[in-house]
Amino acid sequence: MSGALEVPHSRPRIGFWTAVFFVVLAVFLFVTVLRFTRGLGATTNLSDRVPWGLWIGFDILCGVGLASGAFTIMAVVHLFHLRRFEPIVRPAVLTGFLGYLFVVFALLFDLGQPWRIWHALVFWNPHSVMFEVAWCVMLYTMVLTLEFVPLVLERFGFERARRILHGVNTPLVIVGVLLATLHQSSLGSLYLIVPQKLHPLWYSPRLPLLFYVSAIGAGLGMIIVESHLSGRAFGRKLELDLLEPLGRAMVVVLAVFGVLRLQSLARSGALPLALQPTYEGRMFLIEFGLGVVLPIALLAWPRIRNSSTGLVTGAALAVLGFIMHRLDVSVTGLERASGTHYAPTWMEVMVSVGLVASGFAAFALAVRFLPVFPLQGHAPAWPPGAEPPGGKP
Amino acid sequence: MSWGILFDSTRCIGCGACSAACKEQNGLPHRIEKQTTAYTWTVVERRGGANVRRLCMHCLTPTCASVCPVGAMKKTAAGPVVYDSKLCIGCRYCIMACPFEVPKYQWDRPVPVVGKCVMCAPRLAAGQAVACAVVCPTRATVCGERETLVREARERIALAPARYVDHVYGLDEAGGTSVLLLAGVPFAQLGMPGGLPREPLPALTWQVLAQLPDLVTVAAVSLFGVHWITSRRAEVRRSEAPDAPAEPPSGALRDERPGP
Repeated sequence: MSGALEVPHSRPRIGFWTAVFFVVLAVFLFVTVLRFTRGLGATTNLSDRVPWGLWIGFDILCGVGLASGAFTIMAVVHLFHLRRFEPIVRPAVLTGFLGYLFVVFALLFDLGQPWRIWHALVFWNPHSVMFEVAWCVMLYTMVLTLEFVPLVLERFGFERARRILHGVNTPLVIVGVLLATLHQSSLGSLYLIVPQKLHPLWYSPRLPLLFYVSAIGAGLGMIIVESHLSGRAFGRKLELDLLEPLGRAMVVVLAVFGVLRLQSLARSGALPLALQPTYEGRMFLIEFGLGVVLPIALLAWPRIRNSSTGLVTGAALAVLGFIMHRLDVSVTGLERASGTHYAPTWMEVMVSVGLVASGFAAFALAVRFLPVFPLQGHAPAWPPGAEPPGGKP
Repeated sequence: MSWGILFDSTRCIGCGACSAACKEQNGLPHRIEKQTTAYTWTVVERRGGANVRRLCMHCLTPTCASVCPVGAMKKTAAGPVVYDSKLCIGCRYCIMACPFEVPKYQWDRPVPVVGKCVMCAPRLAAGQAVACAVVCPTRATVCGERETLVREARERIALAPARYVDHVYGLDEAGGTSVLLLAGVPFAQLGMPGGLPREPLPALTWQVLAQLPDLVTVAAVSLFGVHWITSRRAEVRRSEAPDAPAEPPSGALRDERPGP
């Protein structure tokens, strides 16, 4: 594959973003030094009242969820055999792989003693959700690596190794789906143990289920958003007729999430709190209206879903709503109980921004040098005859 | 035998000897702090017109021990919830989850650990009472077997019902604690969390975690089954339509595909 397929006029813009990236990277490295020499207190707004902040709420909880497209698409293509979505597999796996690397790096910043991260593998506490998450994330990162490596092997022509990996594909996909299901839901289970601290608008015995469903929606949304960004930056993207069904799937997933969310609020009697003019009530309305109701309304409309802008807008809103929900669970919902407000320091923000930027840069390099996206112009991925008749939802 | 501590707010004069003795016993820095921190494991606070001690409640089923991914927090048979700083990775889940806001972190250090009252576990093991109880001039803090302390607390309330709120805090808060409190004003006024469930909080996560092995096995079998059925279908379709182009292998090489 020829590496450079840039649209000529986009060159200066890429130059600009490269410059921005290196500035961000420099600040990020500076903050990294501060973080590990001065400690968490000097660099973050974390305290005994707010022991978890932006790095857990955004980097970990959102990072893992936004990378969930990999296991969803893997299951759709390889277990349910909807083969026409095959071209999505690689961008989704790449996102998943980079997403989990991002999460692991972020965790190294957040842990008080990151050099002891291996302790979770040696000193067991099966009663801890965190223990289960640690194991699942580690194993799933390995699965994602094995799913990503074939792209590299293919690029450099290691045909035999690629074939061996291809041979174990099915068990790998199934193990991946199981592991992803376990820890996606367990991120919600982390908060089951604080019913007296988490605001009733966000606490629910169903948190694991809510986190699982919302992750699926966000993972699909990310695939659409990423394909759009990649198309703008490198002229490499997925075809609209491939993404439009994802938009439709998102409507269903978001609707299921919305119903589950409202049901559990009704059950716990917290529904009236949503309409009260409190800080929490407002945050809930913004999160639910902007991130669930509006994207459903947009994406359910065929004309909007079938336009590139409409589809991307709907998907981006859903991703935004997802991020808000996780930050509300991990930060907003706990503020009242802690008796204090939390806002991250610029250094906390810069670590997250730096890691996200590195992820984008890695994605850009991979798209350039690895066979991630199908070449433009090869409209249908496979001859339509090869497609299962039940394949079109 | 399981030890406990009984603190009687009505007897406390707020001298702070307990806090000083604690620092001495546990080798903590001698700076005086108004609230508990990683360097001050117990303080006396003036709240609602009464004195109240802050210290680890040493839950019978501790939330911190349940959430710790590496098992650095442990409930010992002797009563104390102890902390092994050599295991701790610094995830701070214990700080986040503790219903009594007890574990504190060394935020100012590049290599931080958690600090909290460990009920003088080494002293108890040597047959000595906890340091804070030994130095208390008014016997507001006493150390003994938890069962005995529960009886004693009930007797004190029965003997002077006007002096006490009719409640032994810690009897069944969050499943019960080894530290018990008596007070003359409502415990909410003393800043003690109210509305804690009688069941231990770790039950909330365990009822989910305990189901996972069963769920995983069922899901694994189901996913293999789905794969088996759908791939069989694809096979049948291929053999029925020999003219149709073969389905590409899952790891198909995009660039080797024939162009349109």
